[in-house]
Amino acid sequence: MTVTPGWYMALAAVLFVIGAAGVLLRRNALVMFMSVELMLNAVNLTFVAAGRQLNLLDGQVSVLFVMVVAAAEVVVGLAIIVTVFRRRATASVDELAELKG
Amino acid sequence: MVETVLFVVFAITALGGAISMVWARNPVYSALGLMLTMFSLAVFYVSNAGHFVAVVQVIVYAGAVMTLFLFVIMLIGVDKDEDRSEDIPFQRPLTLILLGLFAGGVLVAGARAWTTGTVSPTEPVNGTIEAIGESLFGDWVLPFEVTALLLIIAAAGTIALAFFGGDDEEGGS
Repeated sequence: MTVTPGWYMALAAVLFVIGAAGVLLRRNALVMFMSVELMLNAVNLTFVAAGRQLNLLDGQVSVLFVMVVAAAEVVVGLAIIVTVFRRRATASVDELAELKG
Repeated sequence: MVETVLFVVFAITALGGAISMVWARNPVYSALGLMLTMFSLAVFYVSNAGHFVAVVQVIVYAGAVMTLFLFVIMLIGVDKDEDRSEDIPFQRPLTLILLGLFAGGVLVAGARAWTTGTVSPTEPVNGTIEAIGESLFGDWVLPFEVTALLLIIAAAGTIALAFFGGDDEEGGS
C-alpha cells in the first residue's frame, strides 16, 4: 500500500475543517487566531502534495510565500489583540460588540 | 512502506493536535496542540520531498510564530476560562453540519481526482535549497520583492500599534 499525494490532500482537508470549526466555535480571540494558522498550514500541505503529484516545484515556493504572509499576519494580529486587551482587558470576541446594530 | 507508517503515525498526531487545539479550555494547551500539528506537517513535507520547506516550517512556525503566541498568551492572562454557553442556540449544530458537508464534499470530489492538468516535467520534484532558490530568484523574484515590502509594512504597523494603540483617550495618538 503506497501513500499517494491524495492521502495528504484528504488529511489537509480534514485539518482545514477542524481549523474552520475552531474559528466558528471558539470565542477566545487567541484560539480563533491559532485556528486560522491551522487552516493556513492545511493549505500549505495541499500545495506541497499537489506539487509532488504534478512534478512542479512551484507548490513549495508558494508555501514559502504563504509562510511569509502568515508571519506578517501573526505579528499584526497579535499586536491588535494586545492593543484591544490593553484598552478593554478582555480577549473574548463576544465583548467587542460596538458595531452591533 | 516507511512512508505509510510515517503517514499513519503523524496523521494521527496531527489530527490529535488539531482537535486538542480547538477543544482545550486553556489557551496554552491550544498552543501546544498546534505546535504538535506543525511538527507533524514538517514530517509530511519531508515525505513529499520538500526538505527546505520542512526546515522553514520548524523554524518559522514551531519556533517563531508559536513562541510569539505563547508570549501573548502569557501576557494577557490564561486564567480566565471562557464560558461555553452559546448565545445563538442553533450556531453549534449548524456549524458542525455545514463543516461536515464541506469535508464530505471535498473528500468525495477528491476521490475522483485530487489534481487536474497534465504532468509535463518527467523528473520528480526535489525541494532542495538550490532548487527552491533558483525558482525563487528566477520566476518568482517579483513576488519575493513584494513580500519584503509586506514585512516592512507589518513591522511598522506593529510598532505603531505598540506605541500609540494603548492610549486611554478615545482616538488618541
